Amino acid sequence: MTEHLHTLDARGLSCPLPILRTRKAIAALASGEVLEVIATDPGSVKDISSFCEQTGHELLEHTAADDSFVFRIRKH
Amino acid sequence: MSNIASVIDMPAKDLDAWFDRRFEEKMAERKAAKIPAMTIIATKGTLDMAYPPFILASTAAALGWDVSVFFTFYGLSLLKRKLDLKVSPLGNPAMPMKLPEGPAWIRGKPLPVPTSVMTLVPGFEGMATHMMRKTMHNKGIASIEELREACIEADVKLVACQMTVDLFDYSKDDFIPEIAEWVGAASFLPRAMKADVNLFI
Repeated sequence: MTEHLHTLDARGLSCPLPILRTRKAIAALASGEVLEVIATDPGSVKDISSFCEQTGHELLEHTAADDSFVFRIRKH
Repeated sequence: MSNIASVIDMPAKDLDAWFDRRFEEKMAERKAAKIPAMTIIATKGTLDMAYPPFILASTAAALGWDVSVFFTFYGLSLLKRKLDLKVSPLGNPAMPMKLPEGPAWIRGKPLPVPTSVMTLVPGFEGMATHMMRKTMHNKGIASIEELREACIEADVKLVACQMTVDLFDYSKDDFIPEIAEWVGAASFLPRAMKADVNLFI
């Protein structure tokens, strides 16, 4: 089964925009769906993790590639 | 062990242990069900000081918190329909004065004139404001309008100070219709008392 992946491009945005856009994108998903967020703000590494902890969404993984950070979040 | 009869018949030692365990369970349930709340008092009306309340409020709302912001004195201007916020280096010596544009020899470098001298030049505040906006835009920082919109969208309660409107002879028509209520200190404080985080900005 292939999972349809939703992607949010938050590159070039600074705090708190990546978090605000992530919240909005996740709100549009069904429970269990996965959102991929791409960001360049170094602060987003800790902020996205804190966001997931507070809201109960699961941070599946986070990777750094080509000056950007990629997060995969499963909606609670 | 929720059977009342078996609890009543318990030896004192077991009863203590039972209570401790139930207490922990109940406290954990309450903690899990609790929605954190934050109240902010926004008192400043400059471009730079407009950021902290809107950033914190929109972010807290994104985290699922219940947020109220009380706008008073100069902070009330942050709720005007048309925002015309400025920033001044006057009395603000920590503000970097670096040109965000222009020829390479001066771009990104501090202006070689003390701010106390610069502020005497007419129109200087407008120039400083333009520089700040340009720098923010270059760095991908959200505009105040955008952050305010995010707050409204995420149900942040925007509460306006009634006294300030009377004091400065403002018209309520100059303000955005999304203002939840116009109140005074006595209405805001009970809400602040129940919140987990209270900030004065």
